[in-house]
Amino acid sequence: MAKYHIVNLERSPRIPKLIDALFDHMPEIEADRAVLLTESYRATEGEPMISRRAHAFRHICENLPITMRDNELVVGSATKVPRGCQVFPEFSFKWLEDEFDTVDTRAADPFHISEETKKTLHEVYKYWDGKTTSELATAYMADETLLAMEHNIFTPGNYFYNGVGHVTVDYAKVLKIGYKGIIAEAKAALEKCDFGDADWAERTAFLKAVIESCEAAITYAKRYAKLAMDMAEKCSDYARKKELCQIALNCAKVPENGASSFYEACQSFWFIQMLLQIESSGHSISPGRFDQYMYPYYKADLEAGKISPEFAQELMDCIWVKLNDLNKCRDAASAEGFAGYSLFQNLIAGGQTPEGLDATNDLSFMCIQATMHVLLPQPSFSVRVWNGTPHEFLIKAAELTRTGVGLPAYYNDEVIIPALISRGLTIEDARDYNIIGCVEPQKAGKTEGWHDAAFFNMCRPLELVMNSGRDLSGVNGDGVQLGPDTGDVTRMKTFDEFYNAYKTQMNYMLKLLVNADNAIDRAHMERCPLPFESSMICDCIGRGKPTQCGGAIYNFTGPQGFGIANMTDALYAVKTLVFEKKVITMAELKEAIDHNFGEDISDRMAEILTTNEIKRLGAAGKPVSENIIRETFKAKKTQGNSSEFQRARYRKIRALIDDVPKFGNDIEEVDLFARDVAYTYTRPMETFRNPRGGQFQAGLYPVSANVPLGAQTGATADGRLAFTPIADGVSPSAGKDTHGPTSSCNSVSKLDHGIASNGTLFNMKFHPSALEGDTGLENFVALVRGYFDQKGSHVQFNVVSRETLRDAQLHPEKYKSLVVRVAGYSALFVTLSKSLQDDIINRTEQTGF
Amino acid sequence: MIDSNNQLLAVKGRIFDIQKFSVHDGPGIRTIVFLKGCILRCRWCCNPESQSYEPETMLQNGKKKTIGYDATVGEVIGTVVKDMPYYRRSGGGITLSGGECMCQPDFSTALLEVSRDYGLSTAIETTCAVEWATVERFIPLVDTFLMDVKHMDSAKHREYTTVPNELILENAKRLSKLAKRLVVRVPVIPGFNDTPKELHDIAEFAYDTLGVDEMHILPYHRLGYDKYIGLGRSYGMGDVPPPEKPKMEFLRNVCASTGISCYIGG
Repeated sequence: MAKYHIVNLERSPRIPKLIDALFDHMPEIEADRAVLLTESYRATEGEPMISRRAHAFRHICENLPITMRDNELVVGSATKVPRGCQVFPEFSFKWLEDEFDTVDTRAADPFHISEETKKTLHEVYKYWDGKTTSELATAYMADETLLAMEHNIFTPGNYFYNGVGHVTVDYAKVLKIGYKGIIAEAKAALEKCDFGDADWAERTAFLKAVIESCEAAITYAKRYAKLAMDMAEKCSDYARKKELCQIALNCAKVPENGASSFYEACQSFWFIQMLLQIESSGHSISPGRFDQYMYPYYKADLEAGKISPEFAQELMDCIWVKLNDLNKCRDAASAEGFAGYSLFQNLIAGGQTPEGLDATNDLSFMCIQATMHVLLPQPSFSVRVWNGTPHEFLIKAAELTRTGVGLPAYYNDEVIIPALISRGLTIEDARDYNIIGCVEPQKAGKTEGWHDAAFFNMCRPLELVMNSGRDLSGVNGDGVQLGPDTGDVTRMKTFDEFYNAYKTQMNYMLKLLVNADNAIDRAHMERCPLPFESSMICDCIGRGKPTQCGGAIYNFTGPQGFGIANMTDALYAVKTLVFEKKVITMAELKEAIDHNFGEDISDRMAEILTTNEIKRLGAAGKPVSENIIRETFKAKKTQGNSSEFQRARYRKIRALIDDVPKFGNDIEEVDLFARDVAYTYTRPMETFRNPRGGQFQAGLYPVSANVPLGAQTGATADGRLAFTPIADGVSPSAGKDTHGPTSSCNSVSKLDHGIASNGTLFNMKFHPSALEGDTGLENFVALVRGYFDQKGSHVQFNVVSRETLRDAQLHPEKYKSLVVRVAGYSALFVTLSKSLQDDIINRTEQTGF
Repeated sequence: MIDSNNQLLAVKGRIFDIQKFSVHDGPGIRTIVFLKGCILRCRWCCNPESQSYEPETMLQNGKKKTIGYDATVGEVIGTVVKDMPYYRRSGGGITLSGGECMCQPDFSTALLEVSRDYGLSTAIETTCAVEWATVERFIPLVDTFLMDVKHMDSAKHREYTTVPNELILENAKRLSKLAKRLVVRVPVIPGFNDTPKELHDIAEFAYDTLGVDEMHILPYHRLGYDKYIGLGRSYGMGDVPPPEKPKMEFLRNVCASTGISCYIGG
């Protein structure tokens, strides 16, 4: 008998209806939560912050408008309109007020906002001035840090302006004992508190907040029970009436109590998932190992004859659709860094049990099937791969890859488990890891990982080396001394001297990054502790404090660096051309870089640079005339290239650089050099500590920020032109890996993925022909296996032809549902900005020869 | 590196490309080593730079590139084994193509022997238009012979490839009795061999005479066009369009009617 039941279950006709309804409306901003939150805050001035947070959550759960969408089997909606979003003024609000009039027309992730909502929010916002986490964080940062951020060395925008999220709570626990069980635990802990305890005040306030939050969640579910019953009474369609009655029964029972069926477990799961995103605006709230914690309920129902695989599949499909119903509005700049309306709710299947046995079960296959049935960006679906992963599971995953939806992402247990152990996890916890957000591994229900703590642009410190620590070449380019003065680059005698200057700039900037993150961390601790989330994270109840204050067992901060490929190619080119072969001097190279290798920049960038320059002139009290503006624009546009002769000289230098071997072609010397370059980021990072008592750990991935942050970065010595995208993740620079996918994989695997324990991201793009037929699938699986044998950590694939993507750019109306892989997530292609679309199109496309 | 066979590792040959992640020429994920020099001059040849043994200059994307260089077996195998993890996982290995690898038998057999020492699956693409004694040397070293049989009529064969087919067919008969695995491959060239009868004759020969059970028909394509221009040569096929999918499907059925398993592409 086969070990797994892997017949392809048909898609229920309900699912396409749910999907269509999802895309009926443009995403919309709703004000209800912000109003309720503010009402509560106004009424609780002076109380402990943790209590105020719990009161506010209760007030929201009791009064937020509730909606059930047509045809739903699993209910609970955060907004009246599908894919709408609530706003979270406790974290930041000024940006939205500033963008009220542009948010519905902007290129990345537009949201509709009604005039009435604007008015309501405007009123609400009056309360929040000076009270947000972002304002407190700013106050806590060093001046040097703020200056570095202003000059785009790094951006901690994610948690600076929003909640943290990036967590997988202990779903299994709520499914098993319900919030009633957690309340009982908190009450027991409360009883143990002694009046004489040093932390009595903090502890009791926290435990009471946990109890109040859990009760609020129960109340919220009961409102749905009542709504379903009311709707059932009015419903004339018998079949739907029956469904509504069942929904009412489910919501009356869970999440208050433990689930006693798979259906109840699904409903309970959904309330947890949704309410976490009502409490705070943090994204990447990741369901994690759904196939593991849901399986006992499925198995029991199946054995008792209470459920058919078909119905279980339909329920899962419903959840998959609902994960796309949640949404979040970010500020315009962040929206480009996280483009595609993504909430990064990562759900993972397969892998090992805590005991180290293979964990694949029927639900693992059904997770793949659900993703095939909905073909939507959420959940960010991942699979775990280890030496014992069943072949049939990977073949099924490859079939999903072949659909072109960019899912699943593949993760390598053989790298990630030891990496997590090296960060202090027990072996059982490490084996039980799941992925948060894009690529960040952690142990569910025990971790506050701060996984997406900042983007660090590794190209910028090299620009500082070229200009003695001053910012002359970035989009700001105002000549301010940002980093240490590492000396006149043209006088450097050896490559080591040059490389050390880079490391000096790196180390300095990394400290400032840590300074920024820790300031933000402190601000969340003080202003936005999250009692509801903390009720599901071990050992908050035991320690008597929320996750934001160190209640979790494992605490990390994981900022991600990107630009490895550019810096490898750049430093290697300098080493080869300037110091070894001596075919060009540093002065010549610098001149060519300063002149963008003889090329113009785009009008749009030239306009931005001109505006910045004119602002500076104005601020300095210098005269600004039409003529000066025109001249400035011309100088910026041409990058100071005044003659064809001059351009030709710089282009020749770029051609020389082009001929130097590049990362991504399985050239051992270059690839080992890349490994060392990555260490300039990953090694210093692990020496820092955060206010929650945890360690910093590096990630190497860009989300989609390599495009907007590339637009802030001048030309680099790898021949990359000014303001163009930076290489994504640990992938080779686009178009520079020319020896096929195995060579790219071999190169990327030469990096030390283990030390980047906050995750690495490797994007590959295949032409659909490469996965044709059964042999296409077999060879694809062999490629993933071969890469993982060499200790690669993660890989993901776009399987859409370049022609298709080009056509989708021209005719977006024909490709409304085309989903592509962006970075650690998939998104609807047509919702991405043009520059990000171009970046995806330009990635190297692999075929089978 | 396995160094027990220093003599083999030092054997020199002339190649012009090593292509990774090849999935259409033999089982699994393979690396193809392209050897320089060929006996035939097929009008449709998509690798015209492979034909002459002498290195040549070809314009590629506006840049001059020298095609053809000498390499030792040791150097070649060093590149090939970099993809060992993928061969292991897919049952793949090395494929010699060309050109014609039988034109450089010392190098080819040395490379194949060393490949076998590494446990790689071995395949060659060949026409076997050489004396039998040479073919014989390859038999114990090759897991899969991908052998071209382009036409059953010798005069027409000669007209389009400059070489008659008697030796090829004779070698095919002898090889079929001794090879571990023999696959017959036919490039389907409009105006040359793309009629049902011509293909049927080849299929019949393969299945009945040779006793081969697998055949690949490869549709003519124009990807070599730029290379001819880059070499300063004229393209012998003019504007002839590649055969369409339905036609290939039809021809596949014609071949399969003999009883042979016939696939389009590799």
